[in-house]
Amino acid sequence: MIADGLIAAAILVVAMATVAARGAFTAVALFIAYGLLLSFAWVRLGAPDIALTEAAIGAGLSGALLLGAAARAGRAAERPPGRAMTAAIALGCTGVTVALAAAILLLPDPAPSLAPQVAANMATTGLGNPVAAVLMAFRGLDTLLESAVLVLAVIAAWSLAPDEAWGGPSGVAQPMSRDGPLALLARLLPPLGILAAVHILWIGKDAPGGKFQAAAILAAMWMLAWMAGRVAPPQVSARWLRVVVAAGPALFIAIGMLGWLTEGAFLAYPPGLALPIIMVVEVALTASIAVALALLVMGPPGRRA
Amino acid sequence: MTATLYGLLGAALTGIGLFGLLARPERLLRLLAFNLLGGGIFLVFGAVARRGAGAGFAGDPVPQAIILTGIVVAFAATTLAVALLLRIASDDESDKP
Repeated sequence: MIADGLIAAAILVVAMATVAARGAFTAVALFIAYGLLLSFAWVRLGAPDIALTEAAIGAGLSGALLLGAAARAGRAAERPPGRAMTAAIALGCTGVTVALAAAILLLPDPAPSLAPQVAANMATTGLGNPVAAVLMAFRGLDTLLESAVLVLAVIAAWSLAPDEAWGGPSGVAQPMSRDGPLALLARLLPPLGILAAVHILWIGKDAPGGKFQAAAILAAMWMLAWMAGRVAPPQVSARWLRVVVAAGPALFIAIGMLGWLTEGAFLAYPPGLALPIIMVVEVALTASIAVALALLVMGPPGRRA
Repeated sequence: MTATLYGLLGAALTGIGLFGLLARPERLLRLLAFNLLGGGIFLVFGAVARRGAGAGFAGDPVPQAIILTGIVVAFAATTLAVALLLRIASDDESDKP
């Protein structure tokens, strides 16, 4: 309980400091701390799968993305609101918080839960991790739509490229760093990171882990090598790149149609074959999500300096 | 008890994020504040998941899986917002005489 209180207080302080920060870099650094502290909160809430995702995506990839943006983001678009307006905004936001807090305190007891249904039907999927069973079987459609959202996000981000840069390498080219911590880490970490990602993907069927966490780690390893100038960013016109990004969701849709043909329901798995099918989809989705995440962090092709 | 504490924290973060989104004029800070708000909403949902613990699980796995999906989608939206604000910044730059 004391630990929970300390974690909650730290998150609260970091969040308020982020909103009050003067400089963009300070705000981003505080925001990364917020993501890391939040993953402790997820562990305390009995959600290690979310904690892993939050640490890898919320703190790791967001950090790389936002630190890069802080250096290049423009000035403020408009004046800050006046004193009376700020007070009115604060009042309204307090109202939102009070209403949400009241909703939390008035939640029904005993709490409604789908945990018994998941426990009762998990055996049919062959998976031992209940969150993976929900993601890949019981709420498979959500996961399918979510992987399609990543493809759409890549298309939308690329469409922001200036005309003269189209077809070029994604993001801004990074200078090669020959020594220093970045060059060392970019050579040391990727082999270990790839190993860790494969491990997390595979144990995800029985323990916390899975494709999102594995993909985030893989993307982070690619980012690391890119930021150190060790690998060139991919050309957005490259065919292999587009095929890899679309392959995972396309395979998932094809499997869904197969279930419709053989079992009479979209995304239904034939009995006994659920686990192998799920694992094949997981591996394909990991590759697609990892490349999509990396492309999103690198950003669309930019103007050459 | 843990669930209630983090649920209330989520409610507070939602308010803080909303305030930053409305009161700060800088684009990047608005984006950060929007993500603070999102984290608060996820925590509220996580508290609901924790209260639904049962059948040997530490929390209801259905909301947990949806939060996981939500974090990835929120990240995709953040990258798109960053691409937009960098494009705006670069256009402002080239519009200057």
